[in-house]
Amino acid sequence: MMGLSRKQMRRIHGIMFKLPLMITCEVFEDFILAYLDDDLPPKQKFVFELHLKVCRECQEYLRAYRASIELSKKGGQADAAFAPGDVPEDLITAVVEARKA
Amino acid sequence: MSGPGEQSITSAGAAGELEALRNGDRAETERFVRQHAGWMLALARRMLRNGAQADDAVQNAFANIFKNLSRFDQRSALKTWMHRIVVNEALMLMRKTHRLREEPIDELLPVFDESGCRIEAEWAVFQTPEAVLQQSQASAKITELINTLPENYRIVLMLRDIEELSTEEVAEMLDLSQANVKVRLHRARAALKKLLEPLMGGQAL
Ligand SMILES: [Zn+2]
Repeated sequence: MMGLSRKQMRRIHGIMFKLPLMITCEVFEDFILAYLDDDLPPKQKFVFELHLKVCRECQEYLRAYRASIELSKKGGQADAAFAPGDVPEDLITAVVEARKA
Repeated sequence: MSGPGEQSITSAGAAGELEALRNGDRAETERFVRQHAGWMLALARRMLRNGAQADDAVQNAFANIFKNLSRFDQRSALKTWMHRIVVNEALMLMRKTHRLREEPIDELLPVFDESGCRIEAEWAVFQTPEAVLQQSQASAKITELINTLPENYRIVLMLRDIEELSTEEVAEMLDLSQANVKVRLHRARAALKKLLEPLMGGQAL
C-alpha cells in the first residue's frame, strides 16, 4: 500500500467493496449508530467489522466519531456556564408566590 | 454504607417532605424550590441558550410539578420525573418561538466518491478526548460548537448524548418516529465530529 495516494486507494477499494460480503463506506456509514448501540444482527455485524478491518478511512472516521461522542457528552455536561449555580432570588420568589396564588 | 435502618428513616423523611409539599406548605415549598432550581435552570439554559426563556421554562416546570405532584408515582425517581418536565417545558417554548423548524445539515455530513468510498482528510495528529478535555476552556468550546448545529439536530444530540434520555423518550417528546430520532442523532454526531476535528487534530483553543 506504500506510495499509493488516497485517491488510488479509493479506486482499489471501489473494486474490492463490490465483492461478496463487502459493503461500501457509504453503506457502512448507515450502520454506525446501530453498531455502537450493539443493535446489529450477527450477519450485519460481521459485514460491518469486515469493512472496518480493510478500510483505513472508516477506521479513522469511526475513531473520531466515537471520540466526538465522548467530547460532547463530557464537555456538554461539564460546561461551567451551565452548571447549577446561584439561582436569581426573584425567580425563587416568583415560583413560591405563584404557588400560593 | 447505609444500613437498612438508615434507609427507611431516609425514605420516611422524604415521604413526609413530599406530603408537606403536596399540601402546599410554604416553607417546604421554598425549601424544595431552592433545592432543585439550580439544576433545573442549568438544564433549561443548556437547551434554550437564552436566560429569559430558561427562567420561563423553570417557572412553568415548577407550576407543572406542583399541579401534578399528587399524581406522581413514588416508585419512580422524583428527579427523573422532574427532569422530563423541564425538558418538555423547554421544548414547548422552542416550538412556540419556531426554533425547531427543519434546517439542513448536509454540508457537515461525510462525503463519498462515485463508488461509495469515503473521502476523509488524513489525520496528522489525533488527540484523545482526555487530552482535549484537559485544556481549560475545552468544555466551553465544545458547547459553543454544539450550539452551531442546526437547532433540530442539536436538540436530538443534547437529549440523547448529553441529557442521556432514551431514543423512545426523545421520539415521544419531539413527536418523531424512533427511526427518525436515530437518523437525526447519527447526522448530528457526524456533523459535530466534523466541527470538532480541529480540536481533535491538536489545534490549540
Ligand atoms: Zn470505508
